[in-house]
Amino acid sequence: MELQGIGALVTGASSGLGEALSWQLARSGARVAMVARGEARLLAAVERMRARGGDVHAIPGDLGLKEDIHRIAGSAAALVGPVSLLVNNASALGPVPLQLLLDTECEDLERALAVNLVGPFRLSKLVLGPMVLQGRGLVVNITSDASVNAYERWGAYGASKAALDHLTRVWAAELKGTGVKLLAVDPGEMDTPMHAEAMPDADRTVLPSPSAVAERLIELIRRGEQWPSGARIELAKEAAR
Amino acid sequence: MIAAPIAPATWPRSQPLEERLLHVDPALGTVRDRRMAELPELLKPGDVLVVNDAATLPASLPARVNGSGAEVRLLEDLGDGRWMAVFFGAGDWRTRTESRSAPPLVREGQSVVVAGLDATVIRVSPISPRLVQLEFHTGADAFWNAVYRHGRPVQYAHVAAELPLWHVQTSYAGRPWAVEMPSAGRPLRWSLLLQLRRQGVFVVSVTHAAGLSSTGDAALDGALPLSEHFEISQATSEAISQAKASGGRVVAVGTTVVRALEGSFAQHGRLLASAGRTDLRIGPRFRPRLVDGLLTGIHEPGTSHFELTQAFASAGLLERALSHAAARGYLSHEFGDSMLILRS
Repeated sequence: MELQGIGALVTGASSGLGEALSWQLARSGARVAMVARGEARLLAAVERMRARGGDVHAIPGDLGLKEDIHRIAGSAAALVGPVSLLVNNASALGPVPLQLLLDTECEDLERALAVNLVGPFRLSKLVLGPMVLQGRGLVVNITSDASVNAYERWGAYGASKAALDHLTRVWAAELKGTGVKLLAVDPGEMDTPMHAEAMPDADRTVLPSPSAVAERLIELIRRGEQWPSGARIELAKEAAR
Repeated sequence: MIAAPIAPATWPRSQPLEERLLHVDPALGTVRDRRMAELPELLKPGDVLVVNDAATLPASLPARVNGSGAEVRLLEDLGDGRWMAVFFGAGDWRTRTESRSAPPLVREGQSVVVAGLDATVIRVSPISPRLVQLEFHTGADAFWNAVYRHGRPVQYAHVAAELPLWHVQTSYAGRPWAVEMPSAGRPLRWSLLLQLRRQGVFVVSVTHAAGLSSTGDAALDGALPLSEHFEISQATSEAISQAKASGGRVVAVGTTVVRALEGSFAQHGRLLASAGRTDLRIGPRFRPRLVDGLLTGIHEPGTSHFELTQAFASAGLLERALSHAAARGYLSHEFGDSMLILRS
């Protein structure tokens, strides 16, 4: 899709992939509504991008809270215009340090589902309605290889991402022929705060930077027509092709 | 006149497609009971259904004027942090608007606090001292954040309880331009809209900044609706032109859509993809140039909405339709049943 002048909405936008992607979108001429829980960090990220000429906006909010969703969608549409691109990137790991399922508190599983599944569902529902009316739009759900592989201690996160993948497929089936597309994208491992939280002992020097991954993701969004709606895409494999 | 008053719906119902739909046919002079789910039977391939895709913003904001509490209802975004707004006195929606105490008088240049934000009254309208232009001294990000955190939907005394914001949105709402819900589209579920598209009905949108329907100030209420802004896209303009050229009917979902389409037509002499403002007033003597039919709520004689519906059917037929609705237990107001005025 053409990015110049479009309205984009990115969640989890104050750090890691979300921040890098927001900047890449702004650099490509999109107006970007950036959502994150931590207000101070979000405002700092927005200020940095504005200083470099980005048309970016801060919407503090928690995807896990029902009360925040209309504020996020409404503010975004007010600030950047009709949203043509939604990137559901905000994610919660579940229990940290990561736990076996037998040791996982039910509340930690609920939190992972609230942020990784129910929040994106609520937000997509608000954004997809006007997209279908206009006959165009793209929703990218950021997923993980933990959604297809049964990694020990990644149960809460993996189950929530598997459900998000399936939501992507069903939504794509229901909206076939409307001009609106949904994709699930696994960005692969990268050097983000979430990665450090999940695997504090990992060697960060071998991990790609969020900026490098965001560049590949932007390229994928530009060439979105290549994939059928509902597809699950592994970004690292696409880049290697 | 109608036999009995029509009771208001006091809360959203859970099955919008089961809600009642009164089909008034001005060509045949008939009135028929239907359900919303049957709307596809009343439309034909080549017809166009035009909705207002404005989202409803939480336009009722707490304010402080001269140290005492008041309510501000936003009316329209004028750009650059400026808004038309209406002051209300102490109290809230539970009191009938007409019975609310008068708001504190403000003067031009006065500082007020609205939704926790500093603002200045930059103009007081000659229509009413309650109608003002406010200028907010903050960036757009902080403005919208405060409005959504402190604001509540505008609502009236017939509703049973405080409405959460999600109860005043249509299923296709985008930009928050409306200060009251464009409620004619409230029962339109996506299953119904996608079914209409599959049968060859064009479903398109305009965005129209629906304003307040009542303020309790007689002079101001007499001037409503004030001029409102709207946007008509290229795709919508093309779909309507194509339908008109091939004999399809244009059905407006709600009076705001009539205002946008007919207002634009009146300004340009034809339908244009355009953004503009309209102060068009529609009543019994208005002859629509584009809109053939209207999907709307149930509005009793004497209301401004009833006046507007007379542009699409005679007062006699509408009064007969409303007597029928009253006798059959239809519900009125924004969460009530619907009426389709459309020739076969």
